[in-house]
Amino acid sequence: MLDFSSVLAAWPIFLEGLAVTVVLTVVTCTLGTLLGTACAWCRVHGPRAARVIVACYVEFFRNTPFIVQIFFIYFGLPAIGLRFASFPAAIVALTINLGAYACEIIRAGIESTPRGQLEAAQCLGLGRWHTFARVVLPPALSRVWPGLTSQLIIIMLATAVCSLISTAELSYVTNRIAAQTFRQFESYIIVTLLYLALSIGFRRLLQWLGPRFFFGCAPAGAGR
Amino acid sequence: MISFSTWDILRNLLFSLPWTLALSVIAFIGGGVVALLLLMLRLARRNLFERPVAAYVQLFQGTPLLMQLFLVYFGLALAGFETSPMTAAALCFTLYASAYLTETWRGCVEAIPKGQWEASACLALTFGQQLRHVILPQALRLSVPPTVGLVVQIIKNTSLATVVGFVELTRTGQMIANATFQPFTVYGLVALFYFALCFPCSMLGSWLEKRTRIQH
Repeated sequence: MLDFSSVLAAWPIFLEGLAVTVVLTVVTCTLGTLLGTACAWCRVHGPRAARVIVACYVEFFRNTPFIVQIFFIYFGLPAIGLRFASFPAAIVALTINLGAYACEIIRAGIESTPRGQLEAAQCLGLGRWHTFARVVLPPALSRVWPGLTSQLIIIMLATAVCSLISTAELSYVTNRIAAQTFRQFESYIIVTLLYLALSIGFRRLLQWLGPRFFFGCAPAGAGR
Repeated sequence: MISFSTWDILRNLLFSLPWTLALSVIAFIGGGVVALLLLMLRLARRNLFERPVAAYVQLFQGTPLLMQLFLVYFGLALAGFETSPMTAAALCFTLYASAYLTETWRGCVEAIPKGQWEASACLALTFGQQLRHVILPQALRLSVPPTVGLVVQIIKNTSLATVVGFVELTRTGQMIANATFQPFTVYGLVALFYFALCFPCSMLGSWLEKRTRIQH
Protein backbone atom coordinates (compact mmCIF):
# COMPACT_ATOMS: atom_id res chain seq x y z
CA MET A 1 0.00 0.00 0.00
CA LEU A 2 2.82 2.38 0.88
CA ASP A 3 4.99 3.27 -2.07
CA PHE A 4 8.01 5.40 -1.40
CA SER A 5 9.70 5.15 -4.80
CA SER A 6 8.09 8.16 -6.48
CA VAL A 7 8.65 10.30 -3.39
CA LEU A 8 12.26 9.21 -2.96
CA ALA A 9 12.91 10.00 -6.61
CA ALA A 10 12.40 13.66 -5.71
CA TRP A 11 15.40 13.64 -3.34
CA PRO A 12 17.17 16.63 -4.92
CA ILE A 13 14.12 18.79 -4.08
CA PHE A 14 14.12 17.51 -0.50
CA LEU A 15 17.79 18.41 -0.31
CA GLU A 16 17.13 21.97 -1.50
CA GLY A 17 14.39 22.37 1.09
CA LEU A 18 16.65 20.92 3.76
CA ALA A 19 19.35 23.47 2.89
CA VAL A 20 16.89 26.35 3.23
CA THR A 21 15.68 25.00 6.59
CA VAL A 22 19.25 24.74 7.84
CA VAL A 23 20.11 28.28 6.69
CA LEU A 24 16.91 29.60 8.25
CA THR A 25 17.71 27.82 11.52
CA VAL A 26 21.33 28.94 11.74
CA VAL A 27 20.60 32.59 10.91
CA THR A 28 17.62 32.79 13.26
CA CYS A 29 19.32 31.03 16.13
CA THR A 30 22.27 33.41 15.93
CA LEU A 31 20.20 36.58 15.60
CA GLY A 32 17.56 35.44 18.09
CA THR A 33 20.09 34.53 20.78
CA LEU A 34 21.82 37.89 20.32
CA LEU A 35 18.48 39.69 20.56
CA GLY A 36 17.58 37.62 23.61
CA THR A 37 20.88 38.45 25.31
CA ALA A 38 20.46 42.17 24.59
CA CYS A 39 16.91 42.08 25.94
CA ALA A 40 18.01 40.13 29.00
CA TRP A 41 20.64 42.79 29.67
CA CYS A 42 17.95 45.46 29.30
CA ARG A 43 15.64 43.71 31.74
CA VAL A 44 18.32 43.39 34.39
CA HIS A 45 20.48 46.49 33.97
CA GLY A 46 18.59 48.76 31.60
CA PRO A 47 16.75 51.97 32.46
CA ARG A 48 13.23 51.61 33.80
CA ALA A 49 11.50 52.52 30.54
CA ALA A 50 13.55 49.93 28.60
CA ARG A 51 12.69 47.30 31.20
CA VAL A 52 8.98 47.90 30.79
CA ILE A 53 9.18 47.87 26.99
CA VAL A 54 11.17 44.63 26.94
CA ALA A 55 8.80 43.03 29.45
CA CYS A 56 5.82 43.90 27.22
CA TYR A 57 7.61 42.55 24.15
CA VAL A 58 8.50 39.31 25.87
CA GLU A 59 5.05 38.70 27.34
CA PHE A 60 3.28 39.54 24.12
CA PHE A 61 5.35 37.23 21.92
CA ARG A 62 5.40 34.40 24.44
CA ASN A 63 1.62 34.44 24.74
CA THR A 64 0.59 34.49 21.08
CA PRO A 65 0.99 31.68 18.53
CA PHE A 66 3.91 31.86 16.12
CA ILE A 67 1.61 31.32 13.13
CA VAL A 68 -0.35 34.48 14.00
CA GLN A 69 2.88 36.44 14.44
CA ILE A 70 4.21 35.38 11.06
CA PHE A 71 0.85 36.10 9.37
CA PHE A 72 0.80 39.53 10.97
CA ILE A 73 4.32 40.29 9.77
CA TYR A 74 3.88 38.90 6.26
CA PHE A 75 0.24 39.83 5.49
CA GLY A 76 -0.50 42.56 8.04
CA LEU A 77 2.54 44.84 8.01
CA PRO A 78 2.39 45.67 4.27
CA ALA A 79 -0.80 47.60 5.13
CA ILE A 80 1.33 50.12 7.01
CA GLY A 81 4.02 50.14 4.34
CA LEU A 82 6.45 47.51 5.68
CA ARG A 83 6.74 44.97 2.90
CA PHE A 84 8.82 41.79 3.24
CA ALA A 85 9.53 38.98 0.80
CA SER A 86 8.68 35.61 2.34
CA PHE A 87 12.23 34.60 3.30
CA PRO A 88 13.11 37.84 5.14
CA ALA A 89 9.66 37.81 6.73
CA ALA A 90 10.34 34.29 8.01
CA ILE A 91 13.71 35.38 9.43
CA VAL A 92 12.21 38.44 11.11
CA ALA A 93 9.32 36.48 12.62
CA LEU A 94 11.50 33.62 13.87
CA THR A 95 14.11 35.99 15.30
CA ILE A 96 11.59 38.11 17.17
CA ASN A 97 9.88 34.99 18.49
CA LEU A 98 13.12 33.36 19.65
CA GLY A 99 14.34 36.67 21.11
CA ALA A 100 11.39 36.77 23.50
CA TYR A 101 11.92 33.21 24.77
CA ALA A 102 15.71 33.50 24.88
CA CYS A 103 15.41 36.72 26.87
CA GLU A 104 13.52 34.96 29.66
CA ILE A 105 15.89 32.00 29.68
CA ILE A 106 19.09 34.06 29.69
CA ARG A 107 17.67 36.50 32.25
CA ALA A 108 17.15 33.60 34.66
CA GLY A 109 20.83 32.74 34.22
CA ILE A 110 22.00 36.32 34.74
CA GLU A 111 19.89 36.79 37.85
CA SER A 112 21.32 33.69 39.47
CA THR A 113 24.84 35.14 39.40
CA PRO A 114 26.30 34.96 42.93
CA ARG A 115 26.84 38.42 44.45
CA GLY A 116 30.45 37.60 45.27
CA GLN A 117 31.26 37.35 41.57
CA LEU A 118 30.04 40.88 40.94
CA GLU A 119 31.91 42.21 43.95
CA ALA A 120 35.07 40.43 42.86
CA ALA A 121 34.76 41.96 39.38
CA GLN A 122 34.29 45.37 40.96
CA CYS A 123 37.37 44.89 43.13
CA LEU A 124 39.37 44.06 40.03
CA GLY A 125 38.27 47.38 38.57
CA LEU A 126 36.33 45.92 35.65
CA GLY A 127 33.90 48.25 33.92
CA ARG A 128 30.19 47.52 33.55
CA TRP A 129 30.62 46.12 30.05
CA HIS A 130 33.54 43.88 30.95
CA THR A 131 31.81 42.64 34.04
CA PHE A 132 28.78 41.65 32.00
CA ALA A 133 30.62 40.13 29.03
CA ARG A 134 33.39 38.34 30.95
CA VAL A 135 32.06 37.62 34.42
CA VAL A 136 28.28 37.45 34.30
CA LEU A 137 27.31 36.19 30.85
CA PRO A 138 29.50 33.08 30.30
CA PRO A 139 28.55 31.28 33.53
CA ALA A 140 24.96 32.44 33.08
CA LEU A 141 24.87 30.86 29.63
CA SER A 142 26.40 27.66 30.90
CA ARG A 143 23.73 27.43 33.62
CA VAL A 144 20.83 27.86 31.20
CA TRP A 145 22.37 26.07 28.21
CA PRO A 146 20.09 22.98 28.45
CA GLY A 147 17.01 25.21 28.43
CA LEU A 148 18.35 27.36 25.63
CA THR A 149 19.19 24.25 23.59
CA SER A 150 15.59 23.05 23.87
CA GLN A 151 14.34 26.47 22.82
CA LEU A 152 16.63 26.55 19.78
CA ILE A 153 15.33 23.13 18.75
CA ILE A 154 11.76 24.35 19.16
CA ILE A 155 12.55 27.27 16.85
CA MET A 156 14.13 24.86 14.36
CA LEU A 157 10.86 22.92 14.33
CA ALA A 158 8.90 26.16 14.05
CA THR A 159 10.59 26.89 10.72
CA ALA A 160 8.09 24.37 9.32
CA VAL A 161 5.36 26.96 9.90
CA CYS A 162 7.15 29.31 7.48
CA SER A 163 5.89 27.05 4.67
CA LEU A 164 2.51 28.71 5.23
CA ILE A 165 3.89 31.99 3.88
CA SER A 166 5.56 30.02 1.04
CA THR A 167 9.16 30.15 2.19
CA ALA A 168 10.67 27.31 0.16
CA GLU A 169 11.93 25.28 3.11
CA LEU A 170 11.59 21.59 3.88
CA SER A 171 7.86 21.39 4.61
CA TYR A 172 6.99 23.69 1.71
CA VAL A 173 8.80 21.49 -0.82
CA THR A 174 7.20 18.47 0.82
CA ASN A 175 3.74 19.92 0.25
CA ARG A 176 4.69 20.37 -3.38
CA ILE A 177 6.08 16.86 -3.77
CA ALA A 178 3.01 15.44 -2.03
CA ALA A 179 0.75 17.29 -4.43
CA GLN A 180 2.73 16.17 -7.47
CA THR A 181 3.11 12.49 -6.59
CA PHE A 182 -0.28 12.05 -4.83
CA ARG A 183 1.72 10.25 -2.12
CA GLN A 184 0.95 12.54 0.81
CA PHE A 185 1.43 10.06 3.62
CA GLU A 186 4.75 8.75 2.31
CA SER A 187 6.09 12.28 1.71
CA TYR A 188 5.21 13.39 5.23
CA ILE A 189 6.71 10.25 6.78
CA ILE A 190 10.00 10.91 5.04
CA VAL A 191 10.09 14.57 5.97
CA THR A 192 9.08 13.86 9.56
CA LEU A 193 11.99 11.45 9.87
CA LEU A 194 14.26 14.10 8.35
CA TYR A 195 13.12 16.61 10.96
CA LEU A 196 13.64 14.03 13.70
CA ALA A 197 17.20 13.40 12.53
CA LEU A 198 17.76 17.13 12.24
CA SER A 199 16.59 17.82 15.79
CA ILE A 200 18.65 14.97 17.27
CA GLY A 201 21.73 16.13 15.36
CA PHE A 202 21.12 19.76 16.26
CA ARG A 203 20.88 18.89 19.97
CA ARG A 204 24.17 16.97 19.82
CA LEU A 205 25.80 19.89 17.98
CA LEU A 206 24.62 22.45 20.54
CA GLN A 207 25.71 20.25 23.46
CA TRP A 208 29.15 20.08 21.87
CA LEU A 209 29.29 23.71 20.76
CA GLY A 210 28.20 25.39 23.99
CA PRO A 211 30.98 24.42 26.37
CA ARG A 212 33.66 24.89 23.72
CA PHE A 213 32.78 28.26 22.29
CA PHE A 214 30.26 30.12 24.39
CA PHE A 215 31.25 29.70 27.98
CA GLY A 216 34.94 29.01 28.19
CA CYS A 217 36.64 25.69 28.73
CA ALA A 218 34.58 22.54 28.76
CA PRO A 219 33.87 21.12 32.19
CA ALA A 220 34.90 17.47 32.44
CA GLY A 221 32.39 15.19 30.77
CA ALA A 222 30.27 17.99 29.32
CA GLY A 223 29.11 17.83 25.74
CA ARG A 224 30.48 14.35 25.12
CA MET B 1 -20.62 43.79 -1.64
CA ILE B 2 -20.86 43.36 2.11
CA SER B 3 -18.73 45.70 4.15
CA PHE B 4 -17.25 44.65 7.46
CA SER B 5 -16.96 46.98 10.39
CA THR B 6 -14.42 46.31 13.11
CA TRP B 7 -17.34 45.18 15.25
CA ASP B 8 -18.28 42.53 12.67
CA ILE B 9 -14.72 41.26 12.63
CA LEU B 10 -14.64 41.15 16.41
CA ARG B 11 -17.95 39.32 16.62
CA ASN B 12 -16.95 36.67 14.09
CA LEU B 13 -13.66 36.07 15.86
CA LEU B 14 -15.50 35.76 19.13
CA PHE B 15 -17.76 33.06 17.66
CA SER B 16 -14.75 30.99 16.67
CA LEU B 17 -13.17 31.21 20.10
CA PRO B 18 -15.14 28.23 21.54
CA TRP B 19 -13.57 25.97 18.89
CA THR B 20 -10.06 26.93 19.94
CA LEU B 21 -11.05 26.33 23.55
CA ALA B 22 -12.76 23.02 22.73
CA LEU B 23 -9.72 21.71 20.92
CA SER B 24 -7.46 22.80 23.78
CA VAL B 25 -9.66 21.08 26.35
CA ILE B 26 -9.83 17.86 24.29
CA ALA B 27 -6.05 17.93 23.83
CA PHE B 28 -5.42 18.50 27.50
CA ILE B 29 -7.84 15.89 28.83
CA GLY B 30 -7.02 13.27 26.17
CA GLY B 31 -3.32 13.99 26.44
CA GLY B 32 -3.49 13.85 30.22
CA VAL B 33 -5.14 10.40 30.20
CA VAL B 34 -2.63 8.97 27.71
CA ALA B 35 0.26 10.58 29.56
CA LEU B 36 -0.87 9.13 32.88
CA LEU B 37 -1.09 5.68 31.29
CA LEU B 38 2.38 5.95 29.79
CA LEU B 39 3.78 7.22 33.07
CA MET B 40 2.26 4.30 34.98
CA LEU B 41 3.66 1.81 32.47
CA ARG B 42 7.06 3.39 32.80
CA LEU B 43 6.99 3.37 36.59
CA ALA B 44 5.59 -0.14 36.91
CA ARG B 45 7.85 -1.97 34.43
CA ARG B 46 10.78 0.34 34.13
CA ASN B 47 13.20 -1.91 32.24
CA LEU B 48 10.52 -2.92 29.75
CA PHE B 49 8.84 0.39 28.96
CA GLU B 50 11.50 3.02 29.58
CA ARG B 51 12.89 2.98 26.05
CA PRO B 52 9.61 2.80 24.10
CA VAL B 53 8.14 5.66 26.13
CA ALA B 54 11.29 7.74 25.70
CA ALA B 55 11.18 7.08 21.95
CA TYR B 56 7.52 8.12 21.85
CA VAL B 57 8.33 11.39 23.61
CA GLN B 58 11.33 12.04 21.36
CA LEU B 59 9.21 11.39 18.28
CA PHE B 60 6.69 14.07 19.21
CA GLN B 61 9.15 16.56 20.69
CA GLY B 62 11.61 16.20 17.82
CA THR B 63 9.27 16.74 14.87
CA PRO B 64 7.21 19.77 13.85
CA LEU B 65 3.59 19.69 14.97
CA LEU B 66 2.69 20.75 11.44
CA MET B 67 4.07 17.47 10.04
CA GLN B 68 2.35 15.47 12.79
CA LEU B 69 -0.96 17.04 11.77
CA PHE B 70 -0.43 16.19 8.11
CA LEU B 71 0.61 12.64 9.01
CA VAL B 72 -2.45 12.02 11.16
CA TYR B 73 -4.77 13.66 8.64
CA PHE B 74 -3.52 11.73 5.61
CA GLY B 75 -2.67 8.62 7.62
CA LEU B 76 -6.21 8.21 8.89
CA ALA B 77 -7.54 8.65 5.37
CA LEU B 78 -5.08 6.07 4.06
CA ALA B 79 -6.10 3.62 6.78
CA GLY B 80 -9.64 3.92 5.48
CA PHE B 81 -11.21 6.09 8.18
CA GLU B 82 -13.61 8.81 7.16
CA THR B 83 -12.00 11.77 8.90
CA SER B 84 -13.26 15.22 9.65
CA PRO B 85 -10.72 17.93 10.45
CA MET B 86 -12.08 17.84 14.00
CA THR B 87 -11.22 14.14 14.55
CA ALA B 88 -7.81 14.46 12.94
CA ALA B 89 -6.94 17.56 14.96
CA ALA B 90 -8.30 16.10 18.20
CA LEU B 91 -6.33 12.87 17.74
CA CYS B 92 -3.12 14.63 16.77
CA PHE B 93 -3.27 17.13 19.63
CA THR B 94 -4.05 14.37 22.10
CA LEU B 95 -0.91 12.49 21.06
CA TYR B 96 1.17 15.66 20.97
CA ALA B 97 0.00 16.83 24.40
CA SER B 98 0.49 13.36 25.87
CA ALA B 99 4.17 13.34 24.87
CA TYR B 100 4.86 16.67 26.56
CA LEU B 101 2.78 15.85 29.63
CA THR B 102 4.49 12.46 30.05
CA GLU B 103 7.90 14.08 29.97
CA THR B 104 6.93 16.83 32.42
CA TRP B 105 5.21 14.54 34.88
CA ARG B 106 8.07 12.04 34.70
CA GLY B 107 10.38 14.84 35.81
CA CYS B 108 8.06 15.57 38.74
CA VAL B 109 7.97 11.94 39.84
CA GLU B 110 11.74 11.66 39.56
CA ALA B 111 12.14 14.77 41.68
CA ILE B 112 10.68 12.81 44.61
CA PRO B 113 13.64 11.59 46.69
CA LYS B 114 14.45 7.90 46.35
CA GLY B 115 14.14 7.49 50.12
CA GLN B 116 10.38 7.98 49.80
CA TRP B 117 10.09 4.92 47.56
CA GLU B 118 12.36 2.91 49.83
CA ALA B 119 10.60 3.94 53.01
CA SER B 120 7.19 3.11 51.62
CA ALA B 121 8.50 -0.22 50.34
CA CYS B 122 9.78 -0.96 53.85
CA LEU B 123 6.28 -0.35 55.18
CA ALA B 124 5.17 -3.17 52.88
CA LEU B 125 3.05 -0.95 50.66
CA THR B 126 2.29 -2.43 47.27
CA PHE B 127 3.30 -0.53 44.15
CA GLY B 128 -0.20 0.89 43.77
CA GLN B 129 -0.31 1.98 47.40
CA GLN B 130 3.14 3.56 47.12
CA LEU B 131 1.93 5.66 44.22
CA ARG B 132 -1.41 6.56 45.71
CA HIS B 133 -0.38 7.43 49.24
CA VAL B 134 3.24 8.54 48.98
CA ILE B 135 4.55 9.46 45.55
CA LEU B 136 1.70 10.99 43.56
CA PRO B 137 0.44 13.42 46.19
CA GLN B 138 3.92 14.95 46.36
CA ALA B 139 4.52 14.83 42.61
CA LEU B 140 1.14 16.43 41.97
CA ARG B 141 2.10 19.56 43.91
CA LEU B 142 5.34 19.86 41.95
CA SER B 143 3.61 19.30 38.63
CA VAL B 144 1.05 22.08 38.76
CA PRO B 145 3.18 25.04 37.58
CA PRO B 146 4.80 23.29 34.58
CA THR B 147 1.42 21.82 33.62
CA VAL B 148 -0.09 25.29 33.50
CA GLY B 149 2.80 26.28 31.23
CA LEU B 150 1.95 23.36 28.96
CA VAL B 151 -1.69 24.46 28.83
CA VAL B 152 -0.52 27.79 27.42
CA GLN B 153 1.60 25.95 24.88
CA ILE B 154 -1.37 23.76 23.87
CA ILE B 155 -3.71 26.74 23.46
CA LYS B 156 -1.17 28.51 21.25
CA ASN B 157 -0.46 25.40 19.18
CA THR B 158 -4.12 24.69 18.42
CA SER B 159 -3.68 27.55 15.94
CA LEU B 160 -1.79 25.09 13.72
CA ALA B 161 -4.94 22.97 13.31
CA THR B 162 -5.72 25.54 10.64
CA VAL B 163 -3.68 23.50 8.14
CA VAL B 164 -6.05 20.52 8.22
CA GLY B 165 -9.01 22.84 7.74
CA PHE B 166 -10.20 22.97 11.34
CA VAL B 167 -12.01 26.29 11.69
CA GLU B 168 -10.83 27.89 14.91
CA LEU B 169 -9.62 31.37 15.80
CA THR B 170 -6.68 31.56 13.38
CA ARG B 171 -8.57 29.99 10.48
CA THR B 172 -11.46 32.38 11.00
CA GLY B 173 -8.99 35.25 11.11
CA GLN B 174 -7.50 34.05 7.83
CA MET B 175 -10.90 33.90 6.16
CA ILE B 176 -11.96 37.31 7.44
CA ALA B 177 -8.61 38.80 6.37
CA ASN B 178 -9.14 37.42 2.87
CA ALA B 179 -12.67 38.77 2.71
CA THR B 180 -12.08 42.22 4.16
CA PHE B 181 -8.56 42.99 2.88
CA GLN B 182 -7.69 44.24 6.36
CA PRO B 183 -5.01 41.75 7.42
CA PHE B 184 -3.38 44.26 9.76
CA THR B 185 -6.48 44.75 11.89
CA VAL B 186 -7.64 41.14 11.71
CA TYR B 187 -4.36 39.42 12.61
CA GLY B 188 -3.72 42.06 15.24
CA LEU B 189 -7.08 41.25 16.84
CA VAL B 190 -6.46 37.50 16.56
CA ALA B 191 -3.15 37.98 18.37
CA LEU B 192 -4.90 39.99 21.08
CA PHE B 193 -7.49 37.23 21.52
CA TYR B 194 -4.76 34.63 22.03
CA PHE B 195 -2.96 36.98 24.37
CA ALA B 196 -6.12 37.44 26.41
CA LEU B 197 -6.39 33.65 26.69
CA CYS B 198 -2.77 32.82 27.39
CA PHE B 199 -1.47 35.71 29.45
CA PRO B 200 -3.62 35.01 32.54
CA CYS B 201 -2.57 31.35 32.37
CA SER B 202 1.09 32.33 32.13
CA MET B 203 0.74 34.68 35.09
CA LEU B 204 -0.99 31.96 37.09
CA GLY B 205 1.81 29.56 36.17
CA SER B 206 4.62 31.81 37.29
CA TRP B 207 2.74 32.75 40.47
CA LEU B 208 2.26 29.08 41.33
CA GLU B 209 5.90 28.40 40.54
CA LYS B 210 7.05 31.08 42.95
CA ARG B 211 4.78 29.71 45.64
CA THR B 212 6.01 26.14 45.16
CA ARG B 213 9.59 27.28 45.34
CA ILE B 214 9.03 29.04 48.65
CA GLN B 215 7.47 25.95 50.19
CA HIS B 216 10.46 23.77 49.40
